[in-house]
Amino acid sequence: MEVLRIATSGSVDDGKSTLIGRLLYDTNSIPQDKMEALHAASKRKGLDFTDLSLLTDGLVAEREQGITIDVAHIYFSTPTRKYIIADTPGHIEYTRNMVTGASNAQVSLILIDARRGIVEQTHRHFFIANLLRIPYLVVCVNKMDLVEYSEARFNQIVEDFQQMLDNAGFKGQEVKFIPISSLYGENVASRTGAIDWYQGATLLEYLEEVSFDHEDRLHPSRFPIQSVIRPRTTEYHDFRGFAGKVASGHFSVGDEVISLPSGQKSRIKTIEQFEKQLTVAHARESVVITLEDEIDSSRGNMLVKTDEVPVQLKEVSANICWMDQQKLVSGKTYLLQHGVNRVKAKVQQIHYVTDVTNHLQNTEKTEMGLNDIGKISLKTAAPVFADAYQANPANGAFILIDEFNNTTVAVGFIE
Amino acid sequence: MTNQINWEFPQALEDEAIYILRETVAQFEKPVLLFSGGKDSITLVRLAQKAFYPGKIPFALLHVDTGHNFPETIAFRDWLVNSLGLDIIVRNVQDSIDQGKVQEETGKYASRNALQTVTLLDAIEEGKFDACIGGARRDEEKARAKERIFSVRDEFGQWNAKMQRPELFDILNGKINIGENVRVFPISNWTELDVWNYIVREKLEIPSIYFSHEREIIERDGLYWPYSPYLNTTADEVPYRQKVRFRTVGDMTCTAAVISEADKLEDIISEIMEAKISERGARIDDKRSEAAMEKRKQAGYF
Ligand SMILES: Nc1nc2c(ncn2[C@@H]2O[C@H](COP(=O)(O)OP(=O)(O)OP(=O)(O)O)[C@@H](O)[C@H]2O)c(=O)[nH]1
Ligand SMILES: [Mg+2]
Repeated sequence: MEVLRIATSGSVDDGKSTLIGRLLYDTNSIPQDKMEALHAASKRKGLDFTDLSLLTDGLVAEREQGITIDVAHIYFSTPTRKYIIADTPGHIEYTRNMVTGASNAQVSLILIDARRGIVEQTHRHFFIANLLRIPYLVVCVNKMDLVEYSEARFNQIVEDFQQMLDNAGFKGQEVKFIPISSLYGENVASRTGAIDWYQGATLLEYLEEVSFDHEDRLHPSRFPIQSVIRPRTTEYHDFRGFAGKVASGHFSVGDEVISLPSGQKSRIKTIEQFEKQLTVAHARESVVITLEDEIDSSRGNMLVKTDEVPVQLKEVSANICWMDQQKLVSGKTYLLQHGVNRVKAKVQQIHYVTDVTNHLQNTEKTEMGLNDIGKISLKTAAPVFADAYQANPANGAFILIDEFNNTTVAVGFIE
Repeated sequence: MTNQINWEFPQALEDEAIYILRETVAQFEKPVLLFSGGKDSITLVRLAQKAFYPGKIPFALLHVDTGHNFPETIAFRDWLVNSLGLDIIVRNVQDSIDQGKVQEETGKYASRNALQTVTLLDAIEEGKFDACIGGARRDEEKARAKERIFSVRDEFGQWNAKMQRPELFDILNGKINIGENVRVFPISNWTELDVWNYIVREKLEIPSIYFSHEREIIERDGLYWPYSPYLNTTADEVPYRQKVRFRTVGDMTCTAAVISEADKLEDIISEIMEAKISERGARIDDKRSEAAMEKRKQAGYF
């Protein structure tokens, strides 16, 4: 069964959590005891209806304030696919949690309050979806019940959004617009009859049909080594296998490979998945690879095919999203983690900080604060074997870790 | 919940879990797998076996024995450990009680569920474990739905829900400060049904109490409680025999039974797909308050 990963986005109170609650409710995915708990919690809050946003807003602090603070992951399945939904916060303060949820998504649902139209957070989240190159965007124009289900209002928002797309969208991105009411369930999993001028798919119909592209299988083949398996038992005395998850592309038995950084060459002898022997391993599959020759490779190294060798970067230029209270300091050294490989990296320069609303690049800034997005360059202590994020997302992203408190402070997209 | 049975296990979930387990072993000095004897931790053992094959599982199992476990669970634990040649560390809540670190609850709802946190934290400190691998799933409970894959805990085992580290793509940051440790959740993205489909696919053995069997039960608060010497009952709670099974395995004092004839995995799966109640609906420990789980997690509970 295929898994489709979705993330919500959009400004505070645009109705993201309510939409997800509604989607689960209308697909009969909420068990009775959880439903009763929602009724009870709504009552305690003094509401005269069942607030479906409480399904994902599970923390005490979230329920008190009626907002989402951190990502909730929620699951449902239909006979066709399994859905993993990340319901993310709209509040700017929690952008890092929004990015966390969106980073694994194939589909981004961007909610817009029909009364308010496109606001700053819409711009920001659209910008982040583009940075991440999420292939499918569903723009859900929500709270249509509060604008009398007006077709004109919907069209206006579509037009405004189209302008954003013209400025900043990317090739291959698929965008769908749906007028919805999360509160009343219009065009979520079914039609309530309130809107007769829209004949397109409901949100659920759309999600059921989104085609899976396995584009990452077509990208250059990359196998980051997580660990070396050497049992040293009598039975497997000479066994030496490289454990890892294929990041992109595919590897077959017999392929000639190079180990980076050593540059040593060999051929793939076996590809193993527990007791099974495979002939090929595709992107995202966890396997163990053994080679014909004894070559020196260990964790953090990478196997690639001889005709697809990535450049080895010691100077990295990247768009980053800063996610820490403490500001990014130029000249400071951080740990850069690219996949399973960690190297020290020194910030050389902050090129600019982006104004996400107007797509302007402010080159005057010398620091980056919480939630800032901009371009920097880094110098690494050892080469990283990366691709440009746009060309191969699975091998083009990294995080920065603060060496002093070990927290993750940024995510970067290599240019 | 759809009525159409989909038996196919999503392979992506296994690949993800194996990747997480390998990251855990690579990034930490001394990981340990928290083993409860339930289906989720049995699944974890299988995943660990696969992740490091043909090598051995490179960490021990840790079982916090409350003394109120189902005897069937303990028997199963010992069988599994033996047949796979695993290392296991067992720590007893009774010892924490005897040391005066925790106090036995009283009254008819008394359970040792909350007490085990202290025994667990002591065992983590004593064993110097920097990563504890657990079988919690995000679909189980609303506070768990918020948890990261690598979830950092402070020196007191506490979870700070409002200050979690960002976790991007599949890049896992296991760097921690002295005193901190990490709870690792490889099957975060699995649902109850995924676990069952996996058990079928992998032909895994599970404790007998998951299957329909006859046992003594009492009724309380609309739930069927297993009758045992550990349960404090009132005079009007008279045990009787009934065919039941358990959907989740916790202590005998906090796990409710469901009336069921399902004695094959296929029947269990059909039953779950048709069930109107969630898995944790049978966990009496969650019913204490709206934020019961979040509070326990803050206190260092698994
Ligand atoms: N009238 C109307 N109200 C809605 C609709 N959708 C959501 N709401 C209300 O809008 C408010 C905010 O909804 P949430 O779902 O919590 O919004 P959110 O986008 O998840 O907010 P954050 O997660 O905090 O960013 C709640 O009071 C909802 O009941 C809708 O379609 N119509
Ligand atoms: Mg929300």
